[in-house]
Amino acid sequence: MQPQVSDRTAADGRRTSTDRTSRTLRTRRIIRTHRTSLPGPAGGPWWRSRKAKGLGYAAPTATFVTVFFVLPLLLVGQMSLSDWPLLAGDRGINSPENYTDITDNTLFWPAIRFTLLYTVIVTVVLLGLALLLALLVQESRPGVGFFRTVYFLPGALGLASASLLFWGLYSPTTGPLSALLEGLGLVDDPVSFLGSPTSALLSTVFLIVWKFAGFYMLILLVGLQRIPHEVYEAARMDGADRWQIFRRITLPLLRPSLALTLLLCATGSLLAFDQFFILTKGGPDNSTVTIVQLIYREAFQRLDLGTAAALSIIVLAVLLLLNVLQFRGLRHADES
Amino acid sequence: MGLKHALGRTPYYVLAGGLAVIFLFPLVWNAWASVSGQPGTAQESGYGFGNYRTLLDYDAGLWRYLLNSTIVSALTVALTLGVSLLGGYAFARFDFPGKNLLFLLTLAILMVPYATLLIPLYVLLGRLHLQNSLIGLSLVLAMFQLPFATFMMRISFEAVPRELEESALVDGCGTSGALRRILLPAVKPGLITVGLFAFLAAWNDFIAPLILISDSEKAPLPLAIANLRQQSMGAVDYGATEAGVVVLAFPCLLLFLLLQRHYMRGFMSGALKG
Repeated sequence: MQPQVSDRTAADGRRTSTDRTSRTLRTRRIIRTHRTSLPGPAGGPWWRSRKAKGLGYAAPTATFVTVFFVLPLLLVGQMSLSDWPLLAGDRGINSPENYTDITDNTLFWPAIRFTLLYTVIVTVVLLGLALLLALLVQESRPGVGFFRTVYFLPGALGLASASLLFWGLYSPTTGPLSALLEGLGLVDDPVSFLGSPTSALLSTVFLIVWKFAGFYMLILLVGLQRIPHEVYEAARMDGADRWQIFRRITLPLLRPSLALTLLLCATGSLLAFDQFFILTKGGPDNSTVTIVQLIYREAFQRLDLGTAAALSIIVLAVLLLLNVLQFRGLRHADES
Repeated sequence: MGLKHALGRTPYYVLAGGLAVIFLFPLVWNAWASVSGQPGTAQESGYGFGNYRTLLDYDAGLWRYLLNSTIVSALTVALTLGVSLLGGYAFARFDFPGKNLLFLLTLAILMVPYATLLIPLYVLLGRLHLQNSLIGLSLVLAMFQLPFATFMMRISFEAVPRELEESALVDGCGTSGALRRILLPAVKPGLITVGLFAFLAAWNDFIAPLILISDSEKAPLPLAIANLRQQSMGAVDYGATEAGVVVLAFPCLLLFLLLQRHYMRGFMSGALKG
């Protein structure tokens, strides 16, 4: 970024440093002669300069980002400080009432506890299975392409579709799982997979693992395939067994990919909504209400956009903090 | 020797195959259940398309919801492609004031939770008279696609040798001519990837229409199927829901299998740079 240097010289500097070898003299001369006739800041109106053209091409992006991202962000801040019923609209500043009111909601602390518990369980199970799958399909052997595709296939579905699918799958009356367990003689009565708080949580975890394992498998696979073969060979020469190779070579070298999946998985789970909204509706007895569901309920059931906005701001702050922490961890992992 | 080799591989195939069965089972079961007979559904017994007929007649009708979903998906894809094509070109090839800030802001969309933005967007779209409108919904969905799309198009443009474009400029093409005639074909794979991801996101999105669309006539398919289930709570119609899942999943699975290569490219670029 050298604003005082004209575009032409900036472009020249970049050119000589990057493609000197790749271009023949003749074309370079043509371009050079041509460039002197290019309208720039010095020759021609400003709106024909490359700077102006770049601005023009970036204008749609800038408009989109401003109207649908920056403005809403500012607005949610304002809303969080205002009395803002859904139907009546803005009724002026009431700060900090929305923030202090949050803890009045008896579901606030249970929702936080539940969301954290869910995040921990999903992250551990999902990343564990994803790593196993990635190791399974890592080497090329007959059928491995088929396995990769099959493991990933649920990932092509939408989360809402997958949740609706499992809602039928878990049905005590028509679902196959309950019938299967009965047929095997493991249970006597139809199983209500979504009936108790614990089983509802675990059933949802199973759905999410099924839906996303292939997705994280792919990220880890990319990481695995970046580990040079020589490292493995050297370890084998030194007489390391499979477990030692996994512990001392694969895991440490996979750390950047693992950190990325951890970040994605933790963020996604903290913001869980569709799966619980469709599968459990927050039940039984509000035992599976997540934070984002709480925001939704504040806004569209209790019709209080102000408190919903305050909750949203808190979620945003927590996520930003988490991202910063993970980013630091990631960098640390890279350095060590 | 061959036998011993095959035996050595057996545990691998038992494990990998067993997992494959678990991953495939829900999909296969759902497709089978949607056409097989169940008491309490339109398809009482035998095999047939009774559940799909229920969908055709449900509320505004399946065709209406399919049309809504198609409109939203097409608009989102078109908007995402248009904006990210021009934006990617600008970020890859031009210097302009505020370039880095704009790129960072675009990527920052990823850092902000969906719900945090949807609450103010609900109010904002109301002010723009785009509340409860498929156009407003598409604009929002396209915005959520921009971080990935802009990043993808920027690296696609950066991968094109500058000589290509410059020879066109020498021949008297303007920058827009160079973009149309020379660069567009070169970044086509990037565009396919961006379009595919935008389609899948728009087709499947649930929470944005849930919040932004209040009229059941305008609901996209996922919302309509979820509503169908809620409305018939007295007598739960599992069959119609299963048929709905098939209709929802079919285009996604088909596109994924057809465009796997493009899907993976989006993936690798994200996973490598992430």
